[in-house]
Amino acid sequence: MNSDILSMLEEIKPEFDFNDSEDFVMDGLLDSFDIITLISMLEEKYSITIDGLDIVPENFSSLDSIANLVVKSGGKA
Amino acid sequence: MAEELLILLKGTDCNKGAVAMLKTHLLDYFECTINSRSDSIAVRHNDNEISFSELKQQSQKVGSLLMEITGAAVNTPIAVFLPKEINAVIADIGIMYSSNPFMNLDVKTPHERIMNIFDLVKPAAVITSRKFSKILSDVDVPVIIIDEIDWNSIIVDESTLLSRRRMLIDTDPFCLINTSGSTGTPKGVVLNHRSFFDFMSVSNDRFDFDGSEVLGSLSPIVFDIFDFELCMLMCNGSQIVLLDAMLAAFPARLLEKLVDYRVNFIFWVPSIMVNIANMGLLDKIALPDLRLVWFAGEVFPTKQFLVWYDKLPDTVFANLYGPIEITLDCTYYVVEERPNESEPLPIGIPYHNTDVLLLNDENEKCKIGEEGELCVRGTSLAMGYYNNPEKTAAAFTQNPLNNSYPEMIYRTGDMAYMREDGNIMFKGRKDSLIKHMGYRIELGEIEHVIENELKLVEYCCAVYQYEKKEIILYYQNNSELTEKDFRTALSKVFPAYMIPSVYIKMDELPRNTNGKIDRLTLKNKANNPEE
Repeated sequence: MNSDILSMLEEIKPEFDFNDSEDFVMDGLLDSFDIITLISMLEEKYSITIDGLDIVPENFSSLDSIANLVVKSGGKA
Repeated sequence: MAEELLILLKGTDCNKGAVAMLKTHLLDYFECTINSRSDSIAVRHNDNEISFSELKQQSQKVGSLLMEITGAAVNTPIAVFLPKEINAVIADIGIMYSSNPFMNLDVKTPHERIMNIFDLVKPAAVITSRKFSKILSDVDVPVIIIDEIDWNSIIVDESTLLSRRRMLIDTDPFCLINTSGSTGTPKGVVLNHRSFFDFMSVSNDRFDFDGSEVLGSLSPIVFDIFDFELCMLMCNGSQIVLLDAMLAAFPARLLEKLVDYRVNFIFWVPSIMVNIANMGLLDKIALPDLRLVWFAGEVFPTKQFLVWYDKLPDTVFANLYGPIEITLDCTYYVVEERPNESEPLPIGIPYHNTDVLLLNDENEKCKIGEEGELCVRGTSLAMGYYNNPEKTAAAFTQNPLNNSYPEMIYRTGDMAYMREDGNIMFKGRKDSLIKHMGYRIELGEIEHVIENELKLVEYCCAVYQYEKKEIILYYQNNSELTEKDFRTALSKVFPAYMIPSVYIKMDELPRNTNGKIDRLTLKNKANNPEE
């Protein structure tokens, strides 16, 4: 799942190296527009609905945390 | 007759003192406010806060320091290059104490664009912090590093500050706001003090502001909304809660902050409110303190607006409209009955002491229902664009309905019509200006920079996809370019919100009969993909 998520992030922001970042949000790699785009990509790919209350910085800080969010929302790899 | 006159005078401050003590500067209001609010909290930001009296003291020190550094300069812009934090508020008010206008800049702006702004405006100084001062290492104006100021060493000479201020008049500049131009250098809109007093006085009257407002400030400091929030603080003693830009990406956190700080008034751009509605968050997080919601800057889709309207029955909502050049907003619509989902919200009626003219192609007043360009007349008009007489002359023109004496109107470039009930309805733009994430963007600027400055492609045309809210770039070029090539090059010159999301190569861009790129065809192609 992580590699799929990485390719989504690279599609949204091809100019950034996500492997280099400890925390996508704190490093400013994702703005509000990117988060909304990523959520709709994740929801489509994994046929899930992400609860608005789960859209918090901690769940978008790394590939692992995004993958956990997908699983928590009922997504399967 | 006498009775009519009495009614007219009611609500006007008629006592002699008020006339004798004419207020000509926003600080005249601030200093009155301080008297009654000195220990109250003026600004909060995460765990930091500052009282009104502390804010005055520190701002006066910044003003004194500026006076020392810039000497005789008055009415000369001073730049602020700070993130949204309490120091930015101190810097802005400090600049006012130095009798100069402030020009807030976005710390995320690429270096080249900052340099363009400095070249054009030539500010007398810039206020920044240690962290951001590195970016300004090659500017040739004095730099004040606000977090390195030794506050105790600065002695404030109140009478000198005041005597300088007394030389100013109310049409002197309060602030400069940069907005996208068509050439790669933003235009600096010059707004005066008078226009803000007018806006505040009408707003206070219509919305009963009394200083009990707690404003949830989400706009970047470069937006005019932030200047309005400063005026609420200075004129009314309202409290500002600074909300970090990052929160816009995480609406649940944002709403929790509103609850924690007991925010009762927000003035936001609709995009974030649309996201909150779409995520169903208003079902999950109650906002019992929220009394008043203003929104402006772009069209709020009625469907999502109704989510807010229905979930918050005790909250007052108002749709405001106005480009920066007429100081904040010139029309407003207070939503008093549930709108029909299929109809857009009106932009409403003009503010008192502002006249809105709808002019058709013949420069005549439009009839009811007839579409025309929205033009504005009144003291709310900006003084023009800083060091830019050509652009000023094109947008601020003689009122075509008055041939008898000089009288300026501002031509917004927005198309609108008046409904039978007197409400004005927004229709769209005459040109290629768009509103995206609350920012005003001249699509021509994106094209100009890509074709002529970066020379990335031969020809291109940027259009806006309204539903997905994304900028699409159509281009024509011999060699292949990847999306990464575009983004990497553009991120060096443009702020993130100006970088297109989608790049589409065409063998040949469509042209109209004059040989010009046919923007309309591309716009339709982007907005009606199945056609």
